[in-house]
Amino acid sequence: MSHAAMKLAQEATEAKGWWRAHRFLVLRRVSQLSILFLFLMGPWLGWWLVKGNLNYSLTLGVLPLADPLVLLQSLLTRHVPERNALLGATIILLFYLLVGGRAYCSWVCPVNLVTDAASALRRRLDIRGGADLPRATRYWMLVLILLLAATSGGIVWELVNPVSMLPRGLMFGMGAGWLLIGGIFLFDLFVMKNGWCGHLCPVGAFYSLLGRFSVVRVTANQRAACNDCLDCFTVCPEQQVIKLPLKGAKKGASPIILSGNCTNCGRCVDVCSKDVFTLTTRFKPKLDSSAQALPNP
Amino acid sequence: MALSPQRREFLLDTAKLACGVGVLGLGLGLVSKQAKALPPGAIRPPGAGLEDDFQGACIRCGLCVRDCPYDILKLATLGQPVATGTPFFVARAKPCEMCEDIPCVKACPTGALDHSLTDIKKAKMGLAVLVDQETCLNFLGLRCDVCYRVCPAIDEAITLELQHNTRTDKHTRFLPTVHSEACTGCGKCEASCVLEVAAIKVYPIKLAKGELGAHYQLGWEEKRKAGGKSLVDNRNLVDLPDRLPDGVQLPGHWDPGSAAPAMPAPLSDEAPR
Repeated sequence: MSHAAMKLAQEATEAKGWWRAHRFLVLRRVSQLSILFLFLMGPWLGWWLVKGNLNYSLTLGVLPLADPLVLLQSLLTRHVPERNALLGATIILLFYLLVGGRAYCSWVCPVNLVTDAASALRRRLDIRGGADLPRATRYWMLVLILLLAATSGGIVWELVNPVSMLPRGLMFGMGAGWLLIGGIFLFDLFVMKNGWCGHLCPVGAFYSLLGRFSVVRVTANQRAACNDCLDCFTVCPEQQVIKLPLKGAKKGASPIILSGNCTNCGRCVDVCSKDVFTLTTRFKPKLDSSAQALPNP
Repeated sequence: MALSPQRREFLLDTAKLACGVGVLGLGLGLVSKQAKALPPGAIRPPGAGLEDDFQGACIRCGLCVRDCPYDILKLATLGQPVATGTPFFVARAKPCEMCEDIPCVKACPTGALDHSLTDIKKAKMGLAVLVDQETCLNFLGLRCDVCYRVCPAIDEAITLELQHNTRTDKHTRFLPTVHSEACTGCGKCEASCVLEVAAIKVYPIKLAKGELGAHYQLGWEEKRKAGGKSLVDNRNLVDLPDRLPDGVQLPGHWDPGSAAPAMPAPLSDEAPR
């Protein structure tokens, strides 16, 4: 059976067993759904461990957490916030500087559930092609929303931001928000592969910038063992970040994926039958001994 | 000078992106303009301040909604005419109960609801306006009085002003009258108005309130402040005739200007307009 005809992660499942070929995927879903559930326990069951939503929340009445991008926009409108919002945003900034900026996208953001579903269905239905935009479009979007906040005096992006609308909608009532979320699903499914999260979302762009300095990173530290099955490229929502760390041994490139666009989702770690990838820190001493750097025979 | 193909492509791609994102920005800007026009029926929680400032200060977290013990506040959803994710209430559906400890304001992490508001009686969520005298039962001569009775600042924010009922000629009309300095905009009056559509409504202050020119001075106020001394000396004032329509007589009306022929002759014919 050729690679192309094999199901994604099939080779990895055969080599490592189902759990090790799917554990980061499962852990991510558990993380995303538990965070949603923590927020929904209040309105559904009356257990108010956490109040608020992903823009700002108060846990057990003491721990404030705030979305730094929303607060940045608020600051740009020249509002001076109270202490709790500033404190909450600082905690979140430090947290994602540690675990990887776009870990927010893959481990927390509920829109990821929607776009991952679109992505999986796209693979299953074998939908190819469609529109394309530069991946850098999201940075233009980020500049746009910051400019809008600074010039209009309101947090304009929050009028339409699906990233905050989906969780807030689930917790407080969705209204016509489903149309927007459905629109993103269909856009990712039919119009552009990884269109929203990988090209347009300014929230992801913000966390990408954070991710450039973040500690936890994926590393292709066993890249010499790569058998070119391309499963990691197929599954990765930001495939451009893999190429150099995986294939750049000859050029002397570091095996650590340092691009801020990497979401630290760990799916490449799962689907690789040769265990090429692991989650480490960016400070990891280079494992690339000359022996490992040799091209695969 | 010809551009290299790469440079040309780069410039074209950049132009495309900039235009695309620019058009999107234009659309968003227009939407935000619309969103700033808060509809009259939507009232912000206590301490919210002006709508322009509020939309930059509120981070749409919903903690005020969660901490409202009466479940009155809602977060606007996409498609509603209030900025998405911001808190509001509809007075006719469920008015503010005016908690003494103001939990919604305390919960606000950004100060979009101003933390310096500690006395709920000083809140200015909106201003009640008796918008329709034609249907208000008290104006029709009945003793409904409901808006007056439910007002948390009874006899301060709403008073009943007595007036002779000229239609029956033997009754008194008790006219509900709102006083803006005491009205918090809680909406109790609108919520409890017994009509099918309320005759008294709470509007955002910007809509409900007029404003005098800064140079205006009210003679009677100035007199009170000056300890009874009038701004102008009464003795030298000419009292002009009131020029009521022919044959009209008002009870208690005193109009020496029309009665006294002692007016200076040239002025009596040409009263100032």
